[in-house]
Amino acid sequence: MDTMRERFTTITSQLLDGQTRLAVVLAEIGADGFTEAARRHPERVVNVGIREQLLVGVGGGLALSGMRPILHTFASFLVERPFEQLKLDLGHQGAEAVLVSANGSYDWPAGGYTHMAPGDVALLDTLEGWTVHVPGHPDEAEVLLREAALGGGRVYLRLSNQTNSVPQKVGSSRDGTPGGFLTLRTGSAGAPVVVAVGPMLDATLAALEDTDATVLYAATVRPFDHRALRRAVEGRASADVVLVEPYLRGTSAARVAEALETVPHRLLALGTAPEELRRYGEWEEHVAAHGLFGPRTTLRAPLGTRRQARGVHRCRSTTVRRGLIDAACSARTAGPTRRVPDLVTVP
Amino acid sequence: MTTTPRTRASGHPPTTAHAGRPNSPAPHQDAPLGFQDLPRLMSLMTGAEKHSPAATSTADAVWVLHDRVLRLSPDTANHPERDRFLLSKGHGPMAYYATLAAKGFFPVEWLAGFGGYDSPLGHHPDRTLVPGVEISSGSLGHGLPLAVGTALGLRAQRLTDPAVWVLVGDAELDEGSNHEAIDFAGATGLGSLHTVVIDNSSATHRSSNGIPERFRAADWAVRTVDGRDHDALCEAFTAPHPGRPLAVVARVEPKNG
Repeated sequence: MDTMRERFTTITSQLLDGQTRLAVVLAEIGADGFTEAARRHPERVVNVGIREQLLVGVGGGLALSGMRPILHTFASFLVERPFEQLKLDLGHQGAEAVLVSANGSYDWPAGGYTHMAPGDVALLDTLEGWTVHVPGHPDEAEVLLREAALGGGRVYLRLSNQTNSVPQKVGSSRDGTPGGFLTLRTGSAGAPVVVAVGPMLDATLAALEDTDATVLYAATVRPFDHRALRRAVEGRASADVVLVEPYLRGTSAARVAEALETVPHRLLALGTAPEELRRYGEWEEHVAAHGLFGPRTTLRAPLGTRRQARGVHRCRSTTVRRGLIDAACSARTAGPTRRVPDLVTVP
Repeated sequence: MTTTPRTRASGHPPTTAHAGRPNSPAPHQDAPLGFQDLPRLMSLMTGAEKHSPAATSTADAVWVLHDRVLRLSPDTANHPERDRFLLSKGHGPMAYYATLAAKGFFPVEWLAGFGGYDSPLGHHPDRTLVPGVEISSGSLGHGLPLAVGTALGLRAQRLTDPAVWVLVGDAELDEGSNHEAIDFAGATGLGSLHTVVIDNSSATHRSSNGIPERFRAADWAVRTVDGRDHDALCEAFTAPHPGRPLAVVARVEPKNG
């Protein structure tokens, strides 16, 4: 199976052949993959060099001239470094573009913190009108990329090396509304509702194998599917919700609060801890260090010993030690008097 | 908020992004207005007939471009083949607004509301509110990269006639984003791109001939002219520059002189 990023290069190169309004803007990173496409479409595949402010400014200018630009580089250089350009050269101009990022949270941990951007989605949350896709499989990435390239709006497509074993049916519904959450499992009344985002699905399902829970899957997190979440807790006097996101912990917590404004609820938000781990290694080790693994997945095995899991203890999150399954169970069983630091109790 | 205050104001402009943009003709005054009318028009915004050189540093260049150079009018303000003028130095846009009003892009009456809650004319322009304004600016260092992208987009669509103009200030060139754009445009020979630098010596750290040298080093064609001399400006603006972007450095009185 190809990676999401390889799929992006392949499909975008094909789309360039048929869509004359489409342009790709790169800042060195990823340019090798577009060599052939650049030969065929020299005026619509632009490598601006190592200039990320220009990358986004050029994207804004292309859009103003009537093109549909796709901008691609690592998330840290696409969202964090030129953040004001995203705000002004796209948003404030009323211009539209597709941003395709790679290496999101810790896809290349050997590269260190300079190449990690666990806060990218949270940052985009401060801006108006972004659709954010977090696919969990290359096939999902392809569906969402095609829609974004041929459609309109400001779209952020967050590609990752982390994938689930099988693709889900994602994308817009027939009436064109952005992809909503999929209900993959329905638990009993009172069971926690677990929202798994993109690549977190396999670990979430593994963690919940023997646990009564409703599982929603989100490959599109913005707009947040308020309706799906409300439907999942319909008729309940109170609800327990667990968010499992592959980026900064709690990024969607406010959205859950909005969705459940009228439902007393507790929220356990799982995701990447804000503390710098200062560890290299493989992404699987970072997934484990942030506690984002299911106990039955093989990911736990290599990090089973205390010595190897040292990095784990540098994260403050209690979920690190508990693991997902414990977290989900706690969300279900914890009474209001029991102190569970990660739970928010809404009176 | 359920209603926008602007729609409640009497005699005020359309508020949507493109309403009032000249697909529909917009003859807002009877007699054509000229450069000599700019002080009066600017006084509508500030209440002062006499302005400091800093407030009018852009006036001559903006006027000459709109009066003699740009293929742009209220009737063609949305046409794909129009020339583009991007005011990057969005600070102090009175001369720009006055020029657009004089050229009939919007009614002269709008000027009096300058900076008000109900006015589309802010102290920094918003392209979605003002007919003829190509970019929303204010934060420095955004116009040149946007202009590069616009020029690339026009070229990709085989729109080879339109020229893209961007106006920056000399101090604005402190922003590093400009230099990403200057080097890229020069190295790739982006001939449809034109930059006017209004040099009123307002940059804190720069050598005296630094600006033309900077553009020249990036393979731009460069002209330096008296920014108050309309004929000299026009000649520089229309100078041939095959295969290279053109920078016109328009020198005016020092801001703090």
